[in-house]
Amino acid sequence: MSRYTSATDADRAAMLERIGVESIDDLFETIPEGVRLGRALDLPPGRPEQEVFAHLRELASRNVSADDELSFLGAGMYDHYVPALVDSIITRSEFLTPYTPYQPEVSQGTLQVMFEYQTAISELTGLPVSNATLYEGPSALGAAGFLAYQHHRRTRFLISRGVHPHARETLRTMSAGWGIEVQEIPLRDGVTDAGALADALGDDVSAVFLAQPNFLGAVEDLEALVPAIKDCGAIAVCSCDPMTLGVLRPPGDFGVDIAVGEGQPLGNRLDYGGPSFGFFAATNAFLRKMPGRISGETVDADGRRGFVLTLQTREQHIRRERATSNITTAQTLNALAAIVYLSWLGRQGIVEIGELMLQRTAYARKALAAVEGVEPIHEQPVIREFAVRVDADVHDVIERCAAEGVNPGYPLGADYEEHEDGLLVAITEQRTRADIDRLAEVLGRAVAGARRARRPEEVTA
Amino acid sequence: MAAASYPDDLKYHAEHDWARIDGDSATLGITWFAQDQLGEVVYFDPPAVGSALTKDQPYAEIESVKAVSDVVAPLSGEVTEVNEGLSDSPENVNEDPYGDGWLVKIKLSDVSEVEDLMDASSYEGSLS
Repeated sequence: MSRYTSATDADRAAMLERIGVESIDDLFETIPEGVRLGRALDLPPGRPEQEVFAHLRELASRNVSADDELSFLGAGMYDHYVPALVDSIITRSEFLTPYTPYQPEVSQGTLQVMFEYQTAISELTGLPVSNATLYEGPSALGAAGFLAYQHHRRTRFLISRGVHPHARETLRTMSAGWGIEVQEIPLRDGVTDAGALADALGDDVSAVFLAQPNFLGAVEDLEALVPAIKDCGAIAVCSCDPMTLGVLRPPGDFGVDIAVGEGQPLGNRLDYGGPSFGFFAATNAFLRKMPGRISGETVDADGRRGFVLTLQTREQHIRRERATSNITTAQTLNALAAIVYLSWLGRQGIVEIGELMLQRTAYARKALAAVEGVEPIHEQPVIREFAVRVDADVHDVIERCAAEGVNPGYPLGADYEEHEDGLLVAITEQRTRADIDRLAEVLGRAVAGARRARRPEEVTA
Repeated sequence: MAAASYPDDLKYHAEHDWARIDGDSATLGITWFAQDQLGEVVYFDPPAVGSALTKDQPYAEIESVKAVSDVVAPLSGEVTEVNEGLSDSPENVNEDPYGDGWLVKIKLSDVSEVEDLMDASSYEGSLS
């Protein structure tokens, strides 16, 4: 029988006898024969715990943490400093092990966290209603698509090629089930092509998805793009980087209906890719169509301020198949990290950190553009990330940088075939001017080395 | 909340809707029994003016503090007006289900469907 559990044959026999079943197979007889595997899983034999631990340690040692190298990797997840304050609060047992707070009488702390979090997201995005989190950025964008699909049953989505590739993929996957066609709007000079967008718009367009800043780091001109979307009655969705919203005007200011995004940059470490959370904020018109949980402020029987989950009739445990989403686990702990982080930054801090990123990113783009064999992919305004093209094999360049302890950024080729040797470089407040100078120096050497490797005939000439 | 009542001048559908017939038009709503079962109504999600209703099919949603429920069309037709007042005062559905709590007005596509509906006494009889 099982090689991984400790129940003996006698244990199993006793359990089967107790429930009055002949064999374990009888427990599965309601599952049709055709969908059963009919054999044991193809797994290696059991190994001693010590061996397994050693194996896992060996695997783990192959990881390189952002603390072990000078990293300019971003592309949606960013290496911001997370103050010790965040951990000291989120590791409190009241927060670390909460269950869904349906009982307000025992969940005031969690409910207040959700409420404060919603308030912060609402203020950052300039939209009146925020939920208390979805899983991560791409599924938050997919959830906006689902809202649009339910809202007016139109048949086409338009999505800017500047939206994160994972989010575009998520939307395409979900839309297939709804029978909605997803049409991509190309970029022009690094930003969404307004002419192509205008041509693609029509009264069958359900929603248009943009990103601010976009995946290539460029700041989009929402003021110019959004009105045409609204004119044809489509829902304007903008995926935003929350760390930039201290310096960029909030999407709500431009008539965006739904702002979504990846919450990781707010107080959550990279943690090898997760967990994180997605945020979702919308206009009042979509209050009852929003997915996820919302905490509301109220007063108890004695008139004291308190918090409850509100608008629960939208949710699956009440609305069943007509629910606005089927999410049972919110990322509340990650959202708590975000609200602690935002409180730590404060109203002025979020502006200052945005300005710092803006200055350093401008410095970095200039420093890298001066490197032989490196040129910017676009000249649009950037705030925390920018795209360059290296005149060499970008993977070779990245490997050469890694050998010197520098991760120069994210290779664009797999997501953007038009930028085969593109490199996306992210800047956070953790990357100093000296770090950027070092990047320029190492990248310069790496590009030169990769060019020689690519063109041996020129070296010998 | 108003006391239980089933006015004689209305026609009733088994899914707890009423219709006030006026020539080839009708005003639709939900019955006293329906609003009593739902509890406090907090939101009415109306169909668009101009959209088509099909008899016995859901055409709108009513949300109470307890649940979100489909509203079933007692008759077929095209929506000519929705009760805008309910967006600010959804409680009218509870307080005055046959008056200010009306839901939509439609132009009937098949007047003969009216014959399938119940009168007040049969409907009331069906509730017990």
